[in-house]
Amino acid sequence: MKVINKKNEFVFFAFRNKKVIIGIVVILIFLLFALVGPNFTENDPFDFAYPSGPSKPSPDYWLGTTMFGQDVYSQFTNGLRATFLVGALGGGLATLIGIIIGFTGGYRGGIIDEILNILTNIVLVLPGFAVLLIIAAYLDVRSLISESIFIGLTAWPWAARAIRAQTFSLKSREFIDLAKLSGMKAWKIIIGEIAPNMLSYLVMTFILQFGGAILIAATLDFIGLGPTEGISLGLMMQGAVSWGALQLGVWWWFVPPGLAITAIVSALYLMNIGLDEIFNPKLREM
Amino acid sequence: MSLSVENLTVYYQTLQGPVRALENACFSLADGEIMGLAGESGCGKTTLGLSLIYLSERMRYIQGKVVLSGTDIPIWDHTKMDTYRYKYISIIPQYAMSAMNPTRKIGKMVHDLISARCIDFEKIKPEFLRRLGLVKLSEDILSMYPIELSGGMKQRMVMVISSLLNPELLIADEITSALDVSTQKAVAEMLVEFRNRKFLNSMIVITHDISVLYQIADSILVMYAGQLSEKGPKEEIIENPLHPYTKLLISSLPKIGMKINEKRLSGIPGKPPLLLNPPEGCRFRDRCPVGFEKCKEVPPFIRIKDNHYVACWKVSKKDV
Amino acid sequence: MKKYFTRKIFVYAITFFVAVTIDWLIPRFMPGDPISNMLSRAALNADGYEMMYGYFSKLFGLDLPVWRQYLNFWANLFKGDLGISLYLFPQPVMKVIWRSVPYDLFLLIPSILLSWIAGNRFGAFAARSKWLDNTVSPIGYILSATPYLWLGIILAWFFGIVLDIFPIAGAYSYSLAPDLSWIFVFSLVEHWFLPFASLFIVNFGGWAIGMRNMIIYELEADYSHYLEVLGMPRSLIRRYAFKNAVLPQITGLALQLGVIVAGALSTEVVFSYPGIGSLLLNAIQNQDYFLIQGCFLFIIIGVLIANFAIDVIYVIVDPRTRKGMTGETE
Repeated sequence: MKVINKKNEFVFFAFRNKKVIIGIVVILIFLLFALVGPNFTENDPFDFAYPSGPSKPSPDYWLGTTMFGQDVYSQFTNGLRATFLVGALGGGLATLIGIIIGFTGGYRGGIIDEILNILTNIVLVLPGFAVLLIIAAYLDVRSLISESIFIGLTAWPWAARAIRAQTFSLKSREFIDLAKLSGMKAWKIIIGEIAPNMLSYLVMTFILQFGGAILIAATLDFIGLGPTEGISLGLMMQGAVSWGALQLGVWWWFVPPGLAITAIVSALYLMNIGLDEIFNPKLREM
Repeated sequence: MSLSVENLTVYYQTLQGPVRALENACFSLADGEIMGLAGESGCGKTTLGLSLIYLSERMRYIQGKVVLSGTDIPIWDHTKMDTYRYKYISIIPQYAMSAMNPTRKIGKMVHDLISARCIDFEKIKPEFLRRLGLVKLSEDILSMYPIELSGGMKQRMVMVISSLLNPELLIADEITSALDVSTQKAVAEMLVEFRNRKFLNSMIVITHDISVLYQIADSILVMYAGQLSEKGPKEEIIENPLHPYTKLLISSLPKIGMKINEKRLSGIPGKPPLLLNPPEGCRFRDRCPVGFEKCKEVPPFIRIKDNHYVACWKVSKKDV
Repeated sequence: MKKYFTRKIFVYAITFFVAVTIDWLIPRFMPGDPISNMLSRAALNADGYEMMYGYFSKLFGLDLPVWRQYLNFWANLFKGDLGISLYLFPQPVMKVIWRSVPYDLFLLIPSILLSWIAGNRFGAFAARSKWLDNTVSPIGYILSATPYLWLGIILAWFFGIVLDIFPIAGAYSYSLAPDLSWIFVFSLVEHWFLPFASLFIVNFGGWAIGMRNMIIYELEADYSHYLEVLGMPRSLIRRYAFKNAVLPQITGLALQLGVIVAGALSTEVVFSYPGIGSLLLNAIQNQDYFLIQGCFLFIIIGVLIANFAIDVIYVIVDPRTRKGMTGETE
């Protein structure tokens, strides 16, 4: 058997790794739902489609209707869109800030690292959720975008910590010393030598932030501090609980949204484990 | 005879197939013999040493017989081996620097180790303290944590711990590699002292640094690419090697006083073969200056002289 | 060790300062005017309105220059005076919050401690065999991926409505008044159980997974290999691995406090449980400046104290911190 080179090695293991496959498939299914799902119904999420109020899932209304006769399926698929958006934007922003702060601190070291580290620790200790609460409460109009931005601005310490640790360990490896000795410019070292080795780590960090952002957004939405317009999975659950869906047994209104979030975040965690196995040869199953 | 190894063959399991790391090792050790095990990285010396005490999950036992002081050692049986480990066969591992639990005081840790083998620690303690003194470690060490010790101190501590139960066979795996030269000397001499005082019977010292072996070994076993090349008394190996590989190895060593314009350092051109699909026969033949047709057959490890064995078609009793 | 604590206290001090400043600052950006909000509830004519407005402005110190208000805020903080609640006028904020604190502690402390202990034990246990690991790990991951609020909803619906075993609102039955009778205690526990369970279950999953990963890491460390190679019994190796794996779990607890606070908040909303979370929400909905500030402050102080307590525990438990290393995973 030929000796496989590094890139192909990753692809080879990626396709064999069950966890990554399952994770990706689950996410793709939900993503598909989010993208084309809404097109399968003429009802908008807030249309009072069914005059008599709540009804069980039926061929007409695949996920039933809410207390007010709104199409749950429509709410669900549109809500999925919002969820993915928040995850991508909020998670992406948090990862980006984390990269900048974590990497700069880790690579430069010294006083810069001290300052950035203290900054990270402060934002870390501060219960981000409480801060988000206060900020969200004082905004009259809240959009999905602003929610994502604020989540990104409070969730980055986790990413920064992880990336800083990884940068430290890479920085002291011999191949970096070699590059420096051969007179390579700093930015070239960063892009050429360090970044490829960190790429796997960055992807995994992003996946975790993505999941985290979804959870935070759902909680914010649920307690009433979500976007003032539009629908999201958290808002669905808020609506359900506020309007007595529990007491009246309108389970199709609150079970699907939470189930979807659980499924998506679980799939993300699964993918992460799988990716760890791929990038960390020691963990690969024999 | 202390140790006798016959046809020991151990492979590593990988997704791409078995790596033939150790092939038909046959040798023996006399009582009290210190044998150096030398060779390039990846030649199989750690595999050999490790397989005598602990076959890890990735290692696959193919065949071989190991007899220690007349007892058959079931190295393929993981559970049965527990009775022999530490008491009869012990090892100072390559990672001795990090071999101790970082969050446990050293004294407590040793107590745990001894008690776990159903021995009363108090009975052994006086001897333990004596040995600590022998390696120039103070008793205070017992109430310290590993992090408070220097590299050399940790090495010596692990030496004492590993040999505490007076094993028949002690395997010392690269114990001087991470140390500075003066500590190397001290540690090497302590090993010999342990043998002289009968804290252990025979010893296998694994290293890629032949100069250490020159100081302390009685005999040297040279390996190449999973096969045994030559074993003999240390003076003969160093001064009059018979196997082509050993010759090249010895001649590539710098000698004190030698200057580069007098004699350039020579290496051995080429690289060792990958052991996933090693070449048939003698695995050195591609780099060997005297290789010929017959080398496609594996040369047997035969006795050329007293206690001197060579695996080479070109070397026979007639040459001696 | 001194270095360890000085750094921590330094960070906490700055955090406290930043938090208090945010706390004081953000409400100032609030659209609308708290006093006019409050007054709009009372039917007043124009003159009366103006007089009341002036009265309240003075009372709340809103007529002072901004920097003065800021300094007064700090001064009052140290006196323990958090102002007067607007929507629960004229009750002082401190009193209102103080009433909710016991419910939070009653909910949070058992769920945090029990889930941590049980989760760690279970995670270590799962690492024992491959079979166990393969069945337990997925469950752990799914649990930790579940939003607290949704688990709360499902538990409330299933056990509260469908099976009708537990009540799903309030801290105790509305028909009872707090006293030390068994009936009251029973009602208290009855109402406490489901919110406790939803916090416990999600956290448990997280700790179990974390511990399992840490144990595997420790079992592959050099010192574990050394024990194996010397033929030590499995129980000793596992014991050492567990003790070492617990250490990062302690730091992990401190790091998770923010997440746990968020979870507790949404759980309180689901179950109408009268903790600080519910209080904060009501305050926000009613634009009660001072109550919001007070709640936020309480949460911050609570988290900082908990962090500090955990830091102290860590130093006691990890000998390396006492010898100069920071020990914890940075």
